[in-house]
Amino acid sequence: MDLILVTMIDGLVTGLLLFMLSSGLTLIFSMMGVLNFAHASFYMLGAYFAYQISRYIGFWPALFIAPVLVGLVGAAVERYGLRRVHKYGHVAELIFTFGLALLIEEVVQFVWGKGHVEYNAPESLQFALFSIADYEIAAYKIFMIAVAAAIFIALLLILTRTRVGMVIQAALTHPDTVEALGHNVPLVFMGVFGVGSALAGVAGVIAGPVLGTFPGMAVVLGSIVFVTIVVGGLGSLWGALVASLLIGWLTTFAASYNIGMADLLGALGIEPPADLSESLLRDIWTLSLPQVGPILPYLLMVLVLVFRPYGLFGNRDA
Amino acid sequence: MRSFMRQAAFAAFAGLAAGAATAADNVRIAFIDPLSGPFASTGTNGLHQFEFAAEKLVNEKGGVLGGRKFEIVPFDNKISPKESLIQLQVAIDQGIRYIVQGNSSGVANALTEAIEKHNKRNPDKRVLFLNYSAVDPALTNDKCNFWHFRFDANADIKMDALTDVIKQNDAIKKVYVIGQDYSFGKAVAAAAQRFLAEKRPDIEIVGNELHPIGKVKDFTPYARKIIASGADAVITGNWGADMLGLGKAIIEAGFKGPIYTYYAAADGITAAFGESGKGILRLVSEGQLNPPPSDRVVEYARAFKEKYPDGNLSQTRIANVIEMLARAIEQAGSAEDVVAVGKALEGMEHDSLWGGKLFMRPQDHQLIQDVHILVHTNEGVTFDFDNSGYGLVVESTVKMASMDAPTTCKMKRP
Repeated sequence: MDLILVTMIDGLVTGLLLFMLSSGLTLIFSMMGVLNFAHASFYMLGAYFAYQISRYIGFWPALFIAPVLVGLVGAAVERYGLRRVHKYGHVAELIFTFGLALLIEEVVQFVWGKGHVEYNAPESLQFALFSIADYEIAAYKIFMIAVAAAIFIALLLILTRTRVGMVIQAALTHPDTVEALGHNVPLVFMGVFGVGSALAGVAGVIAGPVLGTFPGMAVVLGSIVFVTIVVGGLGSLWGALVASLLIGWLTTFAASYNIGMADLLGALGIEPPADLSESLLRDIWTLSLPQVGPILPYLLMVLVLVFRPYGLFGNRDA
Repeated sequence: MRSFMRQAAFAAFAGLAAGAATAADNVRIAFIDPLSGPFASTGTNGLHQFEFAAEKLVNEKGGVLGGRKFEIVPFDNKISPKESLIQLQVAIDQGIRYIVQGNSSGVANALTEAIEKHNKRNPDKRVLFLNYSAVDPALTNDKCNFWHFRFDANADIKMDALTDVIKQNDAIKKVYVIGQDYSFGKAVAAAAQRFLAEKRPDIEIVGNELHPIGKVKDFTPYARKIIASGADAVITGNWGADMLGLGKAIIEAGFKGPIYTYYAAADGITAAFGESGKGILRLVSEGQLNPPPSDRVVEYARAFKEKYPDGNLSQTRIANVIEMLARAIEQAGSAEDVVAVGKALEGMEHDSLWGGKLFMRPQDHQLIQDVHILVHTNEGVTFDFDNSGYGLVVESTVKMASMDAPTTCKMKRP
């Protein structure tokens, strides 16, 4: 029972981290129709910027400065890169963002080296806040939850309660009409791209100390973010949240319980073959849940695409 | 245009001739390891250590055979076995007689097989394979051959030494074994089970699992399971990002016992663990930097740091490779007759730069040496890693580890 509760908290942390990445990506995709392959690279940039800044003036200023820098980089990429490529169609845009991801990875390796960098949580958060039975919950985890929750509430309020939010929502579906009403739609695009990148940057700043800050960190998280927005429904903030939490809990619970495939199939009344070494399906019988955990989100994506192609909360046909 | 072509051709020819001239003087050693891609930092750091060792231990002392210098020739294999075989062929075509490689047992397996075939077919162009890091036990057992020499302690020897230390620690009653889901992770888990059952049957292995390699984003669930199992110690063969992620998660979850590892040091990992891993992380490895065993080590390590301020002297065995090869060449009286050099290496006893004896076991060409359990700390560290102030200090030593361990090697000698 204790372990379930602890795993719920761990899964929540993973899920909210995913949400910070997917919320920006889903907004960018639904507005510009660009599948931004470089999104996870902005997450990586956030971690590295924060590492560099924190070496001089500490973690707390870095928490605010690094995302702003990443946001500026993102806005510049939209203004001087994507906007120019846009007229050549979606394929060109795709290739542009793909190349950008490779470029950012190389630049990071060039500047900070190929190994891990020493980026740690601030001293003031390096203690166990409370423990459930024998399981300690680090204060930093609770801090991550708080930051992610604050961002979600702020985003929701901005998108639904402010004038800017309404313009963005209108520009999502009817950019021409919005432009005809006198709004500067390219500026809105640039803003959304910048803010989306900054959100990924925040995720990098707070995840870097926990998941490690190294040149491969974007690749590790990159594909799962796409899965999240497809499952949640393109362009839906609620969808991104629900899908992120779902995937966070799914992977965390799968890794936490050593249930073998043989147990699962046994429960379904299927008996293992007498001689496993001869059986063609022996690999399936010897698998355990933690081993298949990482592919479960992709399985979920396939199921969602089959039964609800526009995602759990999506409101238009993908 | 034509005259330009002629000049270019002449220049190229002259260059070739010059190359051939230096080749006759120098003893060239082909370094085949990743110099680009995700493992480039490990490979490049190894190359620097080889170049430094050749310069410091051989060339500055006047070379071998009355003045011939060691020259390290780098080849980038991108850590792919296929690419390694191409580079091996290039090296052989250039007339190189000595191949050194270390990263990945998969590559080492491919190389040792190819070299055995090559030597059989080309008795006048034979080469030796000096493996400085690939620790798959098979290389000195079922797959052994006369041309392969391993200078690192293999995975079984390391586990043997590690369990010797665990045996003496009565506080350890429960052990959790976790590793990456591939051949090396499985070999570590199997060896841990075997040796623990032999030496401490009272120890309970409360967990033995493999996780997908390079795919786990957050190791917290694994850490929770380790805490839940009540383990007193953790054994893992993880490396790279998987090592750092697992170690950090376990420590953060409140684990206080020792985490025994193979590769939790250098390449940024020492710096990234920093204070959090102090006194918890242990490493089983050969070679001693802290406390420095001799003035020679101090001088050697200082000079290395001066030349490569960002480098780590993380593979101490590289100095052993160079010193023993130089001695073997002197003994054989020739650098081209690799059979004589191989026979000189076989059974060679050598005083290591890092203290202790080295013995190249003739039955299987596995170097027998002192294996240390090192602890990650910032106290008593003369030479740190990653310029972090943290480094590895020798905690206990198993002298001439696995000296009498059996081998399945049936070596055919030329």
